[in-house]
Amino acid sequence: MADVETTPVKLARKDFMSDQEVRWCPGCGDYGILQAAQMTLAELGAKAEDQVFISGIGCAARFPYYMNVYGLHGIHGRAPAIATGVAVARPDLHVWVIGGDGDMFSIGGNHTIHALRRNVDLNVLMLNNQIYGLTKGQYSPTSELGKISKSTPFGSVDTPFNPISVALGAEATFVARTHDMDRNHMMAMFKRAYEHRGSAFVEVYQNCNVFNDGAFEGITAKDKRSSMLIPLEHGKPIRFGVDAEQGVMLNEYGEAKVVDIADVGEDRLLVHDETRADPTVAFALSRLSTGPSMPTPMGVFRAVERPHYGQMVQQQLMEASEAGPGDLRRLIESAPVWEINAN
Amino acid sequence: MSTDTSPRRDIEVLEAVVIRFAGDSGDGMQLTGDRFTDVSAEFGNDLATAPDYPAEIRAPAGTVGGVSAFQVHISDHEILTPGDAPAVLVAMNPAALRANLRDVITGGTLIVNADNFSERDLHKAGYTSNPLDDGSLVGYRVIEIPMTSLTIEASKHTGVKPRDAERSKNFFALGLVFWMYTRPVDPVVSWIEKRFAKNPMVKEANVSAFKAGLNFGETTELFDHPYEIRPAKLPAGRYRNVNGNTALSYGLVAAGQLAKLPIFLGSYPITPASDILHELSKHKNFGVRTLQAEDEIAGIAAAIGASFAGQLGVTTTSGPGVDLKSEAMGLAISLELPLIVIDIQRGGPSTGLPTKTEQSDLLLAMYGRHGEAPLPIVASKTPSDCFETAIEAVRLALKYRTPVILLSDGYIANGAEPWRMPDLDALPDISVPFTTEPNRPDGVFWPFLRDEETLARPWAIPGTPGLMHRIGGIEKEDGTGNISYDTDNHDKMSRLRAAKIANIANDIPGVEHDEDGGTDLLVLGWGSTWGVAREAIRRVRVRGRQVSHAHLRHLNPFPADLGDVLRRYRTVLIPEMNLGQLVKLIRAEYLVDAQSVTKIKGIPFRTYEIEQAIVDALEALDARGA
Repeated sequence: MADVETTPVKLARKDFMSDQEVRWCPGCGDYGILQAAQMTLAELGAKAEDQVFISGIGCAARFPYYMNVYGLHGIHGRAPAIATGVAVARPDLHVWVIGGDGDMFSIGGNHTIHALRRNVDLNVLMLNNQIYGLTKGQYSPTSELGKISKSTPFGSVDTPFNPISVALGAEATFVARTHDMDRNHMMAMFKRAYEHRGSAFVEVYQNCNVFNDGAFEGITAKDKRSSMLIPLEHGKPIRFGVDAEQGVMLNEYGEAKVVDIADVGEDRLLVHDETRADPTVAFALSRLSTGPSMPTPMGVFRAVERPHYGQMVQQQLMEASEAGPGDLRRLIESAPVWEINAN
Repeated sequence: MSTDTSPRRDIEVLEAVVIRFAGDSGDGMQLTGDRFTDVSAEFGNDLATAPDYPAEIRAPAGTVGGVSAFQVHISDHEILTPGDAPAVLVAMNPAALRANLRDVITGGTLIVNADNFSERDLHKAGYTSNPLDDGSLVGYRVIEIPMTSLTIEASKHTGVKPRDAERSKNFFALGLVFWMYTRPVDPVVSWIEKRFAKNPMVKEANVSAFKAGLNFGETTELFDHPYEIRPAKLPAGRYRNVNGNTALSYGLVAAGQLAKLPIFLGSYPITPASDILHELSKHKNFGVRTLQAEDEIAGIAAAIGASFAGQLGVTTTSGPGVDLKSEAMGLAISLELPLIVIDIQRGGPSTGLPTKTEQSDLLLAMYGRHGEAPLPIVASKTPSDCFETAIEAVRLALKYRTPVILLSDGYIANGAEPWRMPDLDALPDISVPFTTEPNRPDGVFWPFLRDEETLARPWAIPGTPGLMHRIGGIEKEDGTGNISYDTDNHDKMSRLRAAKIANIANDIPGVEHDEDGGTDLLVLGWGSTWGVAREAIRRVRVRGRQVSHAHLRHLNPFPADLGDVLRRYRTVLIPEMNLGQLVKLIRAEYLVDAQSVTKIKGIPFRTYEIEQAIVDALEALDARGA
């Protein structure tokens, strides 16, 4: 991705709204996420024609239709692979991938991890509602163990993925979490993702008010946030709580633990460093909560620089062309050639 | 015993010869065959080759399952097949002899490496007695040579260890065959010198082995005299030797140049298609991007993304990969974006016979997607034809904004022939413009507002100001491209997509038709059966019978005149390496009582098989009366 463009014209949210009626269920968390994305692009002064939104299948995957940008609504799970083609072909574009937990961690899990490990220049927004909404209520690969759903009337027996842990394990260079109840936080994370060069993975906790209502209420409700959300701020000790009385420290095994500051003292708190080359500490932070029932870190877990895939492909193309562009005749005559004359 | 003491005995001139080199898969038989082929090609013979190698990289040494073979047919006239049966078999061990003997012509020459016929070797090959002395080879001319020990002896001066020296024995065999068929020696020596430049000892050992083989032929009395196959009288032009996958890769590179678009290949390695990925990966100076994807689906998905972004998306695979790509092909049909899907067919179903050839994906290409999902299909007929077919596939994909399936197969992918290289300046411009302006009077852009003639939709690529649009796999309204679940619109769109593909019949040449005046019998083929059918027809015509030949490059849609051509004949015979696929399409489309000739052994038809089928069909017609 080239330098962040700015245009002299001040843009508004409506510049990124398409003429299509938004058709998510009334009250769906996706509305707020869509709005945040549109407002982020407007604030950034991004060129609409340089934004490409790629999606797979699922409720979240309808996202591109509502954006006044270039969009491709693909097939289930394949958005990261389609987006890889766009990003490698055109490093000048900003390529966004929008999908849900089923799309990106079940049917498309393979493409998600490979896009992240390659560090393709993508902004991946994974809208996690811990349920299959479009197919009307089956458990998903991020649903909690024991989930009662249409396909698991006796409770699911599958251990869920922790998407942040997976992304870190897949060598993602930018990993963040946000939630649909906090527009400013979402916009801050989307902006960081936009500005990051390489794969940016953002998990967005999103409420499905029809099939999994209130899944995140225990941590994202206004009166819960200070005690249940752990803000990750680069360079600062990690602390939270109504009176900022709790914090996070690493134990002797390198595991992250929630502690009372009164017990351990402020000096023992982990100072968050999103730029650490080694993802071990970021991973430890991702293990603080196994689901939205425990204090949960929000913000940027990891933001490191690594050459992105499209850039390296481009580099090889340029190096190969240093001796001049390809010559077709020379190519096809690169094996021994003989001439047969007319008799 | 001859008393001739001159260094060069009489040379007998042959019109053609078929030779097969066979050995253990680690014996370097493909390399040996390649050298023989390249030198013969440069010498001016017409030729055709067919490698035959096991699916396992290294099956247990010395077993029949691990035998690797390479057949080459060289001649002084136009030939179209690698030959039905070898006249000469070079067998480096008992397994190679056992696996290949049944193909050798009666009275053929067997050159065997006598050093490898120990009891243990025989046992591994499954022989209970030694064929060299149990009388089972009566009727063949058996030439036993201790190739291993002679090779080790010859390279002693190089200081190479006997164990390593032994590995040069394929060059000994090559040298011997070079002497037998009076091939020019220098190109091989300079090839070895170049290839092994970094390893002087191996280089020296190989050259010594090669020369020892030559000298062995020259000085021993095992052979009466050498043979010669004179250069063929081929059409004037510049030639090189090429296999199908290389020609196909070059065709794609050329198509990119002709279309003024970068090629983007998304691919997952699979036999026998991987060589296209390997070849295209080398040509970054042509702007070719290659992505070795995480799986088959990602390969095609990335290619679709690249096409959306304004490049030429290509994916290469074989049958199992086509299965996996089906859903994405349907997406490309729905998006109406250009895309090339290359299927190098192999034996199926499932893993099937990965290294063997088959033509059994035609109906898969035609119908292997859910919904009404037509797309154009083209097929290559020979290794060099892959070049032109690739360009044709790209032309159709771009002009009609559609995925196109190109069918090749393992036989032409790995088989080689001399290629009269095209006049590059005469190749067509196949570029299509991107849309850069709104296409509605009100200044709006509709992504599905079609060209009236081609029914193709506009191709506006990201980065173009003012033309932002969204496309997807959900049914869309004609014109605006907005999501539409309207039933009438779906009917309209399904028919439009079908009509767009059907109309291509008016944009392709009439059927390739070699007529000889008769109306009794037409042999209709597609893909790699072209050469063998043509040769069989030639032989039948020599017998004074009339047979015509038609061949299809375009399998969907068919050429517009195909129905008229078919109806001229009393009998239509369709040879295919499957259980009858084209024949079903022909019968369904034209209500013609076409007859099937099928073979599904993982190897191409032999000429005599098709010849016999033609003769049988003609006799049946005779019996029925005029």
